[in-house]
Amino acid sequence: MRHKEHFKTAVYQTPFHPRTSQLNTLNEWHRWKDYTTADAYFDQALEYAAIRNACAVFDLTPMTKHRITGPDALPFLNRLISRDVAKIKPGKVGYCVWCDDNGQVIDDGTVFHLREGDYRLCSQERQLDWLSRSAHGFDVSIVEDTHDVAALAFQGPTSCAVLKAIGCSGVERIAPFGIAYFPFAGSELMVSRTGYTGDLGYELWIEPARALELWDALFAKGANHGIRPMGTHALEVARIEAGFIQAQVDFLPADQAIRLDRSRSPFELDLGRLVDFSKPNFNGRRALLEEQRRGSRYRLVRLDVEGNKPARSAYVYDSKRNVVGTVTSAEWSPSAKSNIALASMHMPWGRPGDELWAEIYYQRELKWSRVMARCRVVEGAFFDPPRRRATPAADF
Amino acid sequence: MIDRSQVIIIGAGHNGLVCAAYLARAGREVLVLEASDRVGGAAITREFAPGYRVSACAHVCYQLDARISRELRLETHGLKTAHANLRTVALATEGDHLVLNGGLLEAGLLPDVDRAALADYHASMLRFARVLGKQHNRRPPRIAGGGRSEVIAAAMLGLDIRRLGRDAMREFLRIAGINIFDVLEETFETPLLKGALALDAVLGTNLGPRSNNSVLTLLHRLSGRAMGVVGGLSLPEGGMGAVSEALAAAARESGATIRTSSPVARITQEGDRVSGVELESGEMQKAGTVISNADPARTLLQLLGARHLETGFVHRVRHFRSKGMAAKLHLALDGLPTFTRLSALRAGERLVIAPDAGYIERAFDHAKYGECSPDPVLEITIPSIHDRTLAPPGRQVLSAIVQYAPFDPRASSDSARAGFLERTLGVLERYAPKLRGQIVASEMLLPADIEREFRITGGHWHHGELALDQFLMLRPVPGAAQYAMPVNGLFLCGAGCHPGGGVMGSAGRNAARAVLGAERAA
Repeated sequence: MRHKEHFKTAVYQTPFHPRTSQLNTLNEWHRWKDYTTADAYFDQALEYAAIRNACAVFDLTPMTKHRITGPDALPFLNRLISRDVAKIKPGKVGYCVWCDDNGQVIDDGTVFHLREGDYRLCSQERQLDWLSRSAHGFDVSIVEDTHDVAALAFQGPTSCAVLKAIGCSGVERIAPFGIAYFPFAGSELMVSRTGYTGDLGYELWIEPARALELWDALFAKGANHGIRPMGTHALEVARIEAGFIQAQVDFLPADQAIRLDRSRSPFELDLGRLVDFSKPNFNGRRALLEEQRRGSRYRLVRLDVEGNKPARSAYVYDSKRNVVGTVTSAEWSPSAKSNIALASMHMPWGRPGDELWAEIYYQRELKWSRVMARCRVVEGAFFDPPRRRATPAADF
Repeated sequence: MIDRSQVIIIGAGHNGLVCAAYLARAGREVLVLEASDRVGGAAITREFAPGYRVSACAHVCYQLDARISRELRLETHGLKTAHANLRTVALATEGDHLVLNGGLLEAGLLPDVDRAALADYHASMLRFARVLGKQHNRRPPRIAGGGRSEVIAAAMLGLDIRRLGRDAMREFLRIAGINIFDVLEETFETPLLKGALALDAVLGTNLGPRSNNSVLTLLHRLSGRAMGVVGGLSLPEGGMGAVSEALAAAARESGATIRTSSPVARITQEGDRVSGVELESGEMQKAGTVISNADPARTLLQLLGARHLETGFVHRVRHFRSKGMAAKLHLALDGLPTFTRLSALRAGERLVIAPDAGYIERAFDHAKYGECSPDPVLEITIPSIHDRTLAPPGRQVLSAIVQYAPFDPRASSDSARAGFLERTLGVLERYAPKLRGQIVASEMLLPADIEREFRITGGHWHHGELALDQFLMLRPVPGAAQYAMPVNGLFLCGAGCHPGGGVMGSAGRNAARAVLGAERAA
């Protein structure tokens, strides 16, 4: 983006494009934050299978990244973000949300405390405007460096073994949400034990000039560990199984919402654990305190839906056939062997034990059918293998 | 534990003093901390040359809330009027001046149509202004999310407009947002009359007569008078500082402590509420409630700090438009100046130099682009004619508001100041040719000087532009229009709040009521 002719390029290619384009035998692409991104490479189901049974590589470069430094980096982040960032020590990562003054979620993301006082904030949406606006009164530097960092998600049970094989010795000792640095090809490879699959897995961060060497090393050493590239379709199934939410899908970023009831607070997204009222000030604090006093409007729930037809965009009804919620994400879960969904429910519905029904429309040979499927509220992730947290990580 | 009955008021401007008086009367332990060596803020009388004293910022009293004067018994605290009803003299270079007393032409020549129209115009403007005036003593309603009292407050505003009657209501809604130039153009013929009337709409604003919203600023200016038991434009004896002294005496009598030369460095916090202030001397003062008479930006961004507020709120405060365009001229004169064909008696009225509305607009054009007006517009008073306390025997002081001077002129401030003084004297000489020879001393305060001396960010009289988007429930910014700031225990009471500036006192009185209301709710 630095060069003056940037406007001539409508869609960028990531530094991994020479490899991803070669592997994308389906030639299925879409545009993700102005980067060309693969939907699927060769077979969506097999790519998903690699996540859960071997290891899969996802080109994460388009994810918006910011570098936040300066004497006030911590106070700045603590005012921006609802959780206590002081608890995220150097070498640690924290999942977080940030809100507007009304306590409505603008975006979710991850804060990487790279080194003392040096932070990376990854977000779903572009946030430079909000971050810059929030910086008034703080001695802080904010740079969006999405283009300057090549990133891969490397997920699945054999991912640790492959990383060891490419020279990341000791990588198995990184705990979930930990960060470590390894020398690689004359450069520095940052490895964080983070991901969007709810499985054992890592995210790899390197300068763009070394991107292809990293890709090639992974595929050379990973050949015997079942390594596959994966596209966004496969990742989508895995993230719903993990119960993770996604901006624009499970919630509308508050700065994009026009209608008052379209945005959601952290409590309404089942993220109350990310709100720390012991901090005297952060964006949305007053409104969230008020919400606690008055009660929330919505609740995000995980549903186990009867049958095998994904309840995409389904209305959710109570026993009297009143609409009490809407499904925001739904898939058949191959690992949980169940028909899973995330739904936004009007309060007070969505309590465990509530009788709920999803109205599912599906097509068979151009003919539409409708089924009312019973739903059960599930607590926690749909698929949560012990290997996700086990430290040291095993080889498999 | 912080004592909740302790109240600190930052700034002894007129609103701070009013607020102090009411809270002290309600039994609160009130400490007022003033940075300057005297009370009054922008309503002070000070010496600018040996023996010559002048109202250094505000120089005419036209909006002081009659209810406050009565309730605080300002007359018993020494407030006297030197001149109760200044006429407006629209100066003409050849001497064909117009002397106006409200809607009445007292001297000068006007065609019959203008004479009739003037009476109608004045009556209907006062009527419309009364709608605004009624809001002054009310807390502005919340737009959304309020309870029943908010709905009632909003309904009362609507009802006041509706009560004007069908035709008048339509006219009010038609003109409230438009510009004074068009309204005058459709009402009058005489350029000098239109100039004088247009000036009232743009005094102290960032507007030219052709700027939309300039009818609203006129109505706001008239609203004090419209409610006016006090009456029209008046000069207090001893200058505007006398108003502040009377308010301070009322506050002290009720038990408030006022300390001058005590600048506050910052507002302190414990957890999510204010805990007091730290003075520039390092002294700490504890209080459960801190009320700031300083402007919104100074209070929130400097004394409190943006980091203690939320992003959206800080953004709105930063964009509160608060750059002034009015300069202030003070002249010490060795005798009464002679204006062409104006009697010595009339020279003591409010003299305005605004030959026509287009002249004002052209003066404004330069300031828009960072230059002082080459032919500025003036509102002049020579208060020493009525008040011998201001100048040595036989001598006079002239005080004028001069427009337009940008807050951040493109030229250096020293050369802009010198240049603007020269331009202004040049304009004055057209009407009083021998004036220059009578000048003993002079002082020109540009908006940046006003910012420095009176500690008003942007040097704007009203702490911020009075415009539809910064009015009523939007003043100073949405989310802070009810005097309580989004930090527990912190309030604003100055002109940056509804109903704005112009030595009125209503903001201070309303803020005191908001503080007491918040205590009851807690």
